[in-house]
Amino acid sequence: MSVEAWEPVVGLEVHCELKTATKLFCGCRNAFGDEPNTNICPVCLGLPGSLPVLNVKAVELAMFIGNALHCEIRPSLFHRKNYFYPDMPKDYQISQYDEPINVNGWLELPDGQRVGIVRAHMEEDTGKTSHMGGGGRIHDADHALVDYNRAGVPLVEIVSAPDIRSAAQARRYVEELRAILMAIRASDGRMEEGSLRVDANVSVRAGRTDELGTRCEVKNLNSLRSLARAIEHETERQVSLLEAGEPVLQQTRHWDEQAQKTVALRSKEEAFDYRYFPEPDLVLVAPGPDWQYQVALCLPPMPAERRAKLTELLGAGGPTAAQVDQVATVVALGLDTLVVEAASSGIEVPLALARTANEAAADADRAREVDRAAYGTLLRMEQEGMLTPTQAKAVLADLFENGGHPADIARRKGFEALGAGTVVAAVADVVSAHPEEWARYCQGEDKLVGFFTGLVMQATDKKANGKEVAAELRRLRG
Amino acid sequence: MNEHGSARSERLTREDAAYVARLARVDLTEDELDLYAGQLAAVLDHAAQVAAIATSGVEPTAHTLPLRNVLRDDVVRPSLEREEVLAQAPRAEDGRFWVPRILGESP
Repeated sequence: MSVEAWEPVVGLEVHCELKTATKLFCGCRNAFGDEPNTNICPVCLGLPGSLPVLNVKAVELAMFIGNALHCEIRPSLFHRKNYFYPDMPKDYQISQYDEPINVNGWLELPDGQRVGIVRAHMEEDTGKTSHMGGGGRIHDADHALVDYNRAGVPLVEIVSAPDIRSAAQARRYVEELRAILMAIRASDGRMEEGSLRVDANVSVRAGRTDELGTRCEVKNLNSLRSLARAIEHETERQVSLLEAGEPVLQQTRHWDEQAQKTVALRSKEEAFDYRYFPEPDLVLVAPGPDWQYQVALCLPPMPAERRAKLTELLGAGGPTAAQVDQVATVVALGLDTLVVEAASSGIEVPLALARTANEAAADADRAREVDRAAYGTLLRMEQEGMLTPTQAKAVLADLFENGGHPADIARRKGFEALGAGTVVAAVADVVSAHPEEWARYCQGEDKLVGFFTGLVMQATDKKANGKEVAAELRRLRG
Repeated sequence: MNEHGSARSERLTREDAAYVARLARVDLTEDELDLYAGQLAAVLDHAAQVAAIATSGVEPTAHTLPLRNVLRDDVVRPSLEREEVLAQAPRAEDGRFWVPRILGESP
């Protein structure tokens, strides 16, 4: 049987660190990158006699997530998940177990496909363990060092149904979920900083059977790329096992980014037995109808709606394939209001979209804070030919970095608009200086446009507009 | 358990007690295991009596306190002094807690 006859069946668990000011159960700062062990107190250190008190903002963000994912929001409880590992000084993690706050929702991918959401529950994050010596590998390490700044940071774990059927679809699911979490300001979406972490449950099945195969959980997926690669690799591994008549063992596997493969974790002496029991220091969390109504009322426009808005602005004829990608990019990064505002002040939508999806997206954090009027002015200068695209991009980079007025930046960079006729004159000069190339161009060798444009750029100190040069060359050829 | 709830049909065994001790990282001698297995079984028998009470018409409760939604505002409060905390740890290095070699991945 070939690989094509097999179908991967994937469910994803996404851990989302909530953007609160403080931890889930204490008033320590929730911040990434602070000096180790500077945000710790008796509660998150598990000192005797300390008591957890739930953060109202974390509950609210969990409800926003439930709402955005069409979940039922329910009265919920916390349990203790008991285990011995130095990343939790209490020797248990407080997590929602059989009574989670959000259940039974769904997420719709841009292509209309729905992925079920089984649950989205609250729990606390663990500390960060660094394995020292032996090249940092866990089994060769000499000892470990622990930083508890992250211990107690609020998380929502979003568990999908096994509705995902390919690596590409898994990637689209996480991209869409990330855009939603950013839209409701629950997450900063920074996978590289670990604020969004993904585990994948992967099994394979032959043909169109409803029966599910034995699954493996793949951990350590720190980017969308490694998520897709890990699912592809794990699918191939399971298929080759089954085709060789060997069983797939249910196990937890680790994605090895360097080797680009999944490896089994060292088998445990005994399966984990977490002995969950209700956390006696916390009471029922049951948001009433008023609170739920308020949250539902405050839900901002979702990515799907925002993409539809941009597509509508592009007008009849529909977006090109490149524009579909541009729309997805600006919405995923939360930059779509830049395009909408520019469009409403009369900027052509394709131009605003292109600059936002390329230049603004490359510096998204600063682009989100940019002065909207200045951004509009810059686009207008390009639209009216006062700046060439190359010049506009340079001014934009400066605008994001230092702020200021686009006209001032352009002047400082020496980007004065060329006087009418300058391009025409420069093209005429270049053409008469290269009669042989001109003859070939006139016989239809179109690629020589680049040759002439380069020379005109040299002659005008890169101030000429490439499109104008090309147009003038075409006009002369007749 | 039988209809009077006076005894569990599956009484806690010595192996169960040894398993629980291992999970809790408690090192018990053979004599201690005999002693605690008996005591633990007695505690569970008592719980079985409670479980035998007919509760079909009673609402389940999540907590003995008649409270719900006990919440605090999301406001930063001062954390502890790092040096003071680390001074109380058995060993520290580079502003972090030093712990022995770990044998497996985080659960």
